Amino acid sequence: MSTLPRWVLLPALLGALFVLLPLTAMASRVRWANVGALLTSEASLSALRLSVQTSATSALACVLVGVPMSVLLARAEFRGLSLLRSLVLLPLVLPPVVGGIALLYTFGRQGLLGRHLEVLGLEIAFSTTAVVLAQTFVALPFLVISLEGALRTAGTRYEVTAASLGAGPSRVLLGVTLPLVLPSLLSGTVLAFARALGEFGATITFAGSLQGTTRTLPLEIYLQRESDPEAAVALSFLLMIVAVVVIAVARRRVSA
Amino acid sequence: MRALARPLAATAGLLLLAAGCGSGADSGTEPVTLQVYAAASLQEPFAEIGEEFEAAHEGVEVAFNLAGSSTLGQQIRQGAPADVFASANPQNMDTLVGADLAAPVDFTSNTLMIAVPPGNPAGITDLASLTRDGLNLVLCAPEVPCGAAAKTLEESAGLTLAPVSEEQSVTDVLNKVTSGQADAGLVYVTDIARAGDAAEGIEFPEAQDAVNTYPITPIRGADHAGLGQEFVDLVLSEPGQQTLADHGFVRP
Repeated sequence: MSTLPRWVLLPALLGALFVLLPLTAMASRVRWANVGALLTSEASLSALRLSVQTSATSALACVLVGVPMSVLLARAEFRGLSLLRSLVLLPLVLPPVVGGIALLYTFGRQGLLGRHLEVLGLEIAFSTTAVVLAQTFVALPFLVISLEGALRTAGTRYEVTAASLGAGPSRVLLGVTLPLVLPSLLSGTVLAFARALGEFGATITFAGSLQGTTRTLPLEIYLQRESDPEAAVALSFLLMIVAVVVIAVARRRVSA
Repeated sequence: MRALARPLAATAGLLLLAAGCGSGADSGTEPVTLQVYAAASLQEPFAEIGEEFEAAHEGVEVAFNLAGSSTLGQQIRQGAPADVFASANPQNMDTLVGADLAAPVDFTSNTLMIAVPPGNPAGITDLASLTRDGLNLVLCAPEVPCGAAAKTLEESAGLTLAPVSEEQSVTDVLNKVTSGQADAGLVYVTDIARAGDAAEGIEFPEAQDAVNTYPITPIRGADHAGLGQEFVDLVLSEPGQQTLADHGFVRP
């Protein structure tokens, strides 16, 4: 701490203020007398329930495909690897609405895959599955980027040792590699969950908006803003609380 | 530390520059920008009327803020620098009248129409056929004007519509139809005109029960209230009304 120049303090404080001030300003607009009624309305509760369910499912999906992706990107060597890495991180920089349009032309009723799924009787359009697809699409890079970085930092020393002692590749991966990066895996999963929770653009473009099926909390907030700004503020505050809880839990888990 | 100093100085310089830009006061010789806040559905006709207005007023530029009417209404109530406001329904205008910011007149109207993908794959014929089981019907949410109109229609016709999605705006409904996601949707006549070949429109007699009236007003106390009134006059004039009619709007 003592090696830090003192002038760092001012921009750092300004930055912190820049993040905290709008949140405080929003909280100050919450009409506390009505908050209970606004938050326990059927529409709000159903949006909250749907948001938590779909975000958890998306986070799980991110782990299932994201962990193998990260391991491959961090450990494998083949031509085009760096290009592949850039491409899978694309949803990180794309506006979510672009992701929504891309998903529409893939899984939509007339999309590349959706066409064939439709024949099989699987309809993704306007279903909760569509919400999970949209959330997974935007959240996946968050898990991959944090896990891949951790894997590179951890290095391969222990893996090489374990292998030389006779452990098979699967045993090395599950018994050595992943336990070493467990904190990053957890924080990556929480990041993915948080990103899924906030997903708006891809969902509204691809999945639609219907209470209890596709209308997640961010969509409900955006809709309430049309007719009842007070309810929108209360719901925003609720989403903020959920986000704070998620971060708090993640920090405790990771540092423990 | 030295490596950091230069970008920091550059940032500080940019901030100063930005601050300087904001404080420049309007002087008589500078071009005037008329801020017109208009419902998104008015985009095409208002662009044409705006060009006409600019041609008739040298040194005046018309800038449009096109969005949902309730969003615009909220922005104006929060002090956004609007000179003119054209709303897609009376409700969003009423809140400005209540705040003593507006003196609106109705200038045009729009009715609903059924939109289907090209070729009408689901074989929709009229309003009643939208109640069929298994149909992917998309409407606007009741909270937005097009959804409120759809609800009025539903009630007056004594039907129960079960949409698979209640969208945020009429454009979202239209996109779901043109992309083939939805079998049918309720949009405005003017949206069908705008969609071209990407969607087909089906008229139905019940639409007359839910006509959406558009009010327009200069904003009281705005920077260019006088010019705003002139813009409103142009919209109400014969040529202005003709432009609106060309895009499917109907005189109230």
